[in-house]
Amino acid sequence: MKNLPNSSQQVDLIRCLDAKDVWMTDSRTGARLTRSVGRASLLLFWLVAFIVIPEGVLAAEKTDPTLVPSIFTPESAPAHAISHLAGFVLVVTGAIFVVVAGLLLYAVVRFRRRAYDDGTEPPQVYGSGPVETAWTTVPFLIVIVLTLATARVIQEVQDARKPVAALDVQVIGHQWWWEIRYPKLGIVTANELHVPVSQAGTRLPTFLDLRSADVVHSFWVPRLAGKTDLIPNKVNSMWIEPERTGLFVGQCAKYCGTQHAKMLLRVYADTPEDFDRWVAEQKKLAENNPDVAAGRLVFERTACINCHAINGTVGDGRFGPDLTHLMSRNTLASGALTNSPEGLRTWIKSPDKLKPGVLMPAMNLNDSDLDKLVAYLTTLK
Amino acid sequence: MNAAIATTYLESDTGRVTSTAAADAGTVPSKGVIGMTCLIIAESAIFTIFVVAYLYYLGKDLSGPTPRQVLELPIVNSICLLSSSATITFALRSLRKGNAKKFGFWWLITIALGAYFLLGTGREWHHLIHDQGLTLQTNLFGTTFYSLVGLHASHVVVGLLALSIVMAFAFAGSVKREHAERVHVLGLYWHFVDVVWIVVFTVVYIIGR
Amino acid sequence: MNGAIRTGDLGGALPLDSTAETEKSVFDSIHSWLVTVDHKKLGLMYIMFGLFFFVVAGLEACLIRTQLAIPNNHFLSPQLFNQLFTMHGTTMVFLVGMPLIFGFANYLVPLMIGARDLAFPRLNAFGFWLSVFGGLLLYFSFIGGEGMTGAGSAPDVGWFAYAPLTGKAFSKGHSTDYWILGIMIGGFGSIATAANIITTILCMRCRGMTLAKMPLLAWINLIMCGMVLIAVSPLTAAQIMLLLDRFVGSHFFDTQAGGSATLWMHFFWIFGHPEVYVLILPAFAFASEIIPVFSRKAIFGYPVMVGATLAIAFVSLSVWAHHMFTIGMTSTSNTFFAISTMLVGIPTGIKIFNWLGTMWGGKLRFDTPMLFSTAFLFQFLIAGLTGIMLAAAPFNWQLNDSYFVIAHFHFVLVGALVFMIFAAVYYWFPKATGRLLSERFGKWHFWLFLIGFHMTFDTMHIPGILGMPRRIYTYEAGRGWGIWNLIVTVGVAFQVFGTLVFVLNILLSLRKGRPAGKDPWDAWTLEWSTTSPPPEYNFAQIPTVKSRRPLWDIKHPSDPDWRYE
Repeated sequence: MKNLPNSSQQVDLIRCLDAKDVWMTDSRTGARLTRSVGRASLLLFWLVAFIVIPEGVLAAEKTDPTLVPSIFTPESAPAHAISHLAGFVLVVTGAIFVVVAGLLLYAVVRFRRRAYDDGTEPPQVYGSGPVETAWTTVPFLIVIVLTLATARVIQEVQDARKPVAALDVQVIGHQWWWEIRYPKLGIVTANELHVPVSQAGTRLPTFLDLRSADVVHSFWVPRLAGKTDLIPNKVNSMWIEPERTGLFVGQCAKYCGTQHAKMLLRVYADTPEDFDRWVAEQKKLAENNPDVAAGRLVFERTACINCHAINGTVGDGRFGPDLTHLMSRNTLASGALTNSPEGLRTWIKSPDKLKPGVLMPAMNLNDSDLDKLVAYLTTLK
Repeated sequence: MNAAIATTYLESDTGRVTSTAAADAGTVPSKGVIGMTCLIIAESAIFTIFVVAYLYYLGKDLSGPTPRQVLELPIVNSICLLSSSATITFALRSLRKGNAKKFGFWWLITIALGAYFLLGTGREWHHLIHDQGLTLQTNLFGTTFYSLVGLHASHVVVGLLALSIVMAFAFAGSVKREHAERVHVLGLYWHFVDVVWIVVFTVVYIIGR
Repeated sequence: MNGAIRTGDLGGALPLDSTAETEKSVFDSIHSWLVTVDHKKLGLMYIMFGLFFFVVAGLEACLIRTQLAIPNNHFLSPQLFNQLFTMHGTTMVFLVGMPLIFGFANYLVPLMIGARDLAFPRLNAFGFWLSVFGGLLLYFSFIGGEGMTGAGSAPDVGWFAYAPLTGKAFSKGHSTDYWILGIMIGGFGSIATAANIITTILCMRCRGMTLAKMPLLAWINLIMCGMVLIAVSPLTAAQIMLLLDRFVGSHFFDTQAGGSATLWMHFFWIFGHPEVYVLILPAFAFASEIIPVFSRKAIFGYPVMVGATLAIAFVSLSVWAHHMFTIGMTSTSNTFFAISTMLVGIPTGIKIFNWLGTMWGGKLRFDTPMLFSTAFLFQFLIAGLTGIMLAAAPFNWQLNDSYFVIAHFHFVLVGALVFMIFAAVYYWFPKATGRLLSERFGKWHFWLFLIGFHMTFDTMHIPGILGMPRRIYTYEAGRGWGIWNLIVTVGVAFQVFGTLVFVLNILLSLRKGRPAGKDPWDAWTLEWSTTSPPPEYNFAQIPTVKSRRPLWDIKHPSDPDWRYE
């Protein structure tokens, strides 16, 4: 440890550095520049504080809180497990933050050079064995605790055994929509997943089998579970167990191309009765209303059938979503717009306007054909 | 800073170009050796990735010829390449002793052995492409085989180019004893290429088949 | 005079400064910079290159944030947005981060170890110009013709360019090829420069400077360059494979032919994770030089700092798959990578304690370099802690690929790295130019940037927690993300102003800054013993040192460091 007198040179240096920057205050331009920068910054700050932010708050969308996909409002067993682990980790890291940031703040205040400083150098401390050992050991112990907690939840979620009663759903990711199949039930749909709810003691988890037809996607509905990727040439698996009925929103969480942003997910948890009803409806063949036969012809004779399937027609394309029960869904284009006849019409006429870059081409139908087609499609409940 | 203090405390280096800490200890690592070692480390990392890809894709072909069906052990080729490590060592030893003629002789043999290896690889590939129908595009094996062996072959080519340049200087009588260190550094690269071949040979022709 | 003096030629006693330059025309000046092999000039060029692209990538970020300020915005098309976030990330890592750290290493390492230049000066220049060419090639893509969707050819596959999105089938046109080639060329430059710096440090230290007496900056750069050798190569290899896939029809990542998408991920992240440690290590180096000087104390625990850096280097090679927790690895693999990731947090955390220990009991002078360094400590602490959160794999299953991750890594790369780069500029600008930067402007720069940084990146954690994924060009109203995105965007304005003040400071101080003299900060390492700016040959006489702080020994002859080390 050393307490040493400065060389006179050092004292001069410290004094020099305290002096105002000569060129900044002596010269008029320097002073003016400083003042204008200062004023501009202050103006910006007040603008933001009192105009922009309040405006933003007021203009803020009216949100249905159940639709905010927060990871801290879990409503499914895996999401709960994660949320609890997250809380634990937050508490530990929060404590570390408080201690270390507190010490930093203390040091900044306590050890700042005072105006009356005599210019001597403080005691030189090169290290301390005991201190350094302590602050290595404690973090190491913290890491052990955290890893044990983490390992337990990994196992709990990833290695959960699938109960016999579990529902099996196959999800296949496409650019930019979700193909959803229920292999044991013989149903095919798109973008909106219906599952039974686990309530009142009966556990009805749904196990998802995840694949991709093209590039890497990711299935993420935060309230229900952590995300799992859909990777071509690989089969992944995850499970969800919603505990209330209603809608859970999510979206693709792995950049997959131009319209990654509009590959939205909707998961509907139904009561077992509602779910069975939905399944029964989905199993039926497509409506074949003779009033809209003209529209059905348009479908079957245009290139639509290259990509789309409608059960009971000649259309069995797999590149695009299955349309057999198109109107049983609440949205179109993987959540890009609400499902309505007008929306459907606009979508078919120019998909690229609503979802630029989408792989569905504008079919360039004349208005009459388009009307007939829409009339037909809107019967497909 | 006070010039007087500077001269008394900071001792001058008496005009030598470099004065390193290691001069106190007695051994100065050669810049060329360290630099080449760094290059070898980086190249090893690149080769490791190609080897990993090769091993990962073993047995995963959906169609097309498999290693066992089409690969033959390139024994002669390998003996040639690996002996060239010995011959380059002989060449270097001769150079250090100042024997320019012997250096030139062994250097030429090294180049010949390396060139024979390349020819052999070329012949092997010709056979694989035209007789066995295996190309880079055929299947995963084709992809990983040609890229790994090709990456190695390209390093042999670069090595031969460098060796040939030295050969040209040697013919002109310009390579002398004082250049031994630089030749040694080039030799390190050549040894590296040979070691990589041992790895590639083991992975492709022994483990892979 | 300058023309006659080449690195390595010592003809007896030499004058101590090089200000007596003959009158040069502008062309001569530019020419001397273009053909230079001097580490100082190359270092400064690297830094100017990095700062230029910092502004460019910053503008890209401004555009991105404008688009995301409100839900369902139509300011940018999705195609352009996707190009912008790809280019923003790619630029910041490869054309800002790498050049800046190599620039500082280039400039400082020889000066701090008492050498006259790097080991291979011409290789140094070659590496620099490779980086420049790579950068220009990457940016040429914006105008280089039809791309995937016709909107110019800038890469739009994300900075980590996952397969098979980058395959010929899904990435038509040449956008991905520009990404591959631009970076690969720069990568060769990085490997060359890393080898150069390692050789310099191992072979060219001045007499008396054993490895144990080397400044921490030299140690950390040595380790950083070692990591570059091992980590950049996997990226080069993967890019060669991708090029083969795209041009000659090989199947490395061609999933339609049995290739593997996850293989690209493994290869990329084996590069990508050590890469971010490569980027942050120099920030540690700067902190380890600046904090002691402005605390008036030696660095606390030098041997442990070296050991911790080595530990970081080794362990960081084993954590890469924490970027891949969601791809469906086995629970064993997930657990392994969770453990290794948390373990690497220990040597990293220790460093924070060591810097704190350096400040403890000192006499803290809050000039601009120290302001930035203190903010660095606070922000790096937070970054490390959010990193621990992300290391807990199940937590990661929620947070991965969300705005929480973006907030985390911007805390590291901006909050820690950029802040320390600012600190380093304020600290060493006087040495490089002979003039001090304005303290007043410095403080304005600091506070504006600090406010903006926290407004943006503290807030950014929230949309992540609320389920907002990354790389989306717009988002639904009704998910509760709008207000937070707005605040994030507003914070950018402060950072822009702060950066403007910084650039102004540099430009004005170059002309009117106070003369700095040799040692304006009263520091202790060798670069402060020579003139500001140093002569081309760095030192009149190569010094001999006896301790880690040679100038301390001179200034305190009655109580030199070497008695205590």
